[in-house]
Amino acid sequence: MTEEQIRTTIFEALRKIAPEADAHSLSPDDDLRQALDIDSFDFLNFLVAIDEKLGVDIPEQDYGKLRTLKSIVDYLSAHTTGRG
Amino acid sequence: MPSLGADMQAGKLVEWLVKVGDRVNRGDTIAVVETDKSNVDIEVFQSGIVEQFIVQPGAKVPVGTVLATIRAEGETAAAAPPTAPAPAVPTPAARINASPMARKLARELGVDLGGVKGTGPHGVIQRADVEGAAAPVPAAPPVEALTGMRRAIAAAMARSNREIPHYYLGTRIDMHAALRWLEQFNARRPVKDRVLVAALLLKAVARALTEVPELNAYWVDDRPQPQERINVGVALSLRQGGLIIPAIHDTDAKSVEETMQAMSDLITRARSGRLKSSELADSTITVSNLGDLGVETVYGVIYPPQVALVGFGKIIEQPWAEDGMVGIRPVIAATLAADHRATDGHRGGQFLSALNQTLQEPDKL
Repeated sequence: MTEEQIRTTIFEALRKIAPEADAHSLSPDDDLRQALDIDSFDFLNFLVAIDEKLGVDIPEQDYGKLRTLKSIVDYLSAHTTGRG
Repeated sequence: MPSLGADMQAGKLVEWLVKVGDRVNRGDTIAVVETDKSNVDIEVFQSGIVEQFIVQPGAKVPVGTVLATIRAEGETAAAAPPTAPAPAVPTPAARINASPMARKLARELGVDLGGVKGTGPHGVIQRADVEGAAAPVPAAPPVEALTGMRRAIAAAMARSNREIPHYYLGTRIDMHAALRWLEQFNARRPVKDRVLVAALLLKAVARALTEVPELNAYWVDDRPQPQERINVGVALSLRQGGLIIPAIHDTDAKSVEETMQAMSDLITRARSGRLKSSELADSTITVSNLGDLGVETVYGVIYPPQVALVGFGKIIEQPWAEDGMVGIRPVIAATLAADHRATDGHRGGQFLSALNQTLQEPDKL
């Protein structure tokens, strides 16, 4: 899976939980939760959507690695390597 | 028209979900009402046959107005109630699923919601959809309009500050045991079934209330009225702005997992404007958790007629001394705002102590 496909999936998931926010305006290093005003419930739903779309069940201890758009793309790229 | 909170004066009937002659059971959703805060599904209080609609869709009527008559099984048809019917307003052709903010904006901009495509969850029309559908309008001077939501909150909070002599107590709680328990609990579950610490805190509040039931009460008619059921109200901020406090019924009787499911369901429906009337009317205490925003300590304002509000801040790693040793622990600041007419600081202190104790033994929740 390419980074662009992963980014598209992330934006789709974000649009569902923060429909009024423009996720495309995010900088790669923006703090996602702060920039989009996402609380822990929204974040959990975001992770559920990622799991459903990409099949990556992110363990709780890795939540701290997912602060920015870039870190999420990197994490998901590493965990979807080799998939179509 | 049921009262769905201290801040509700009137409601607008959006639509009937039943027909005259339908059989309904207590708890069935029979109508949708628009309040200043959101659309609410109205549940019926009595089983029977829908006999007559007194209020028609589109009419805004005060709290207490008879909306319809329900004939109990075995009763003969009765005459219409002696109340004057509310002025009838033409029925909208079909229900339009839109957020209150979008409806208000549509009225202001003269946009017909029937022609707007919703991009929100389940096709709900959002503010941005209305803005997109509106014809360009000349720039107006920036005037901050007071929304219905803001007016409702202003009324309730002004009443609270005017009438309730608040007292405040706070404590720091070591969350090490609770978080370790939660980590092990979640490690066995897929992401969709995981529990947030917020649910654990709600459940802990309910458990502590069983030990200090005076805080689970309403102040009505100049006296405290303890409530049998513990329905913890969850203070929820809405993405379109404002605050709503739906209740998790019988929180004390739910497991942590069930509390999470109930909380998740409430948040989802609160944000899509599909709460039930009982959920808005029944909370017996409020929990406000602002930890996600980095807030360290919450000093809440009680939502009348309740007599207490519990606040939680962010869990922060802090130095923690115990038995002569200093370590680093995850610590949360828990506060209690309570009505001094109903309880004294002594009972409030006992509540926070019970809350602390509960969170040290999460496996018993």
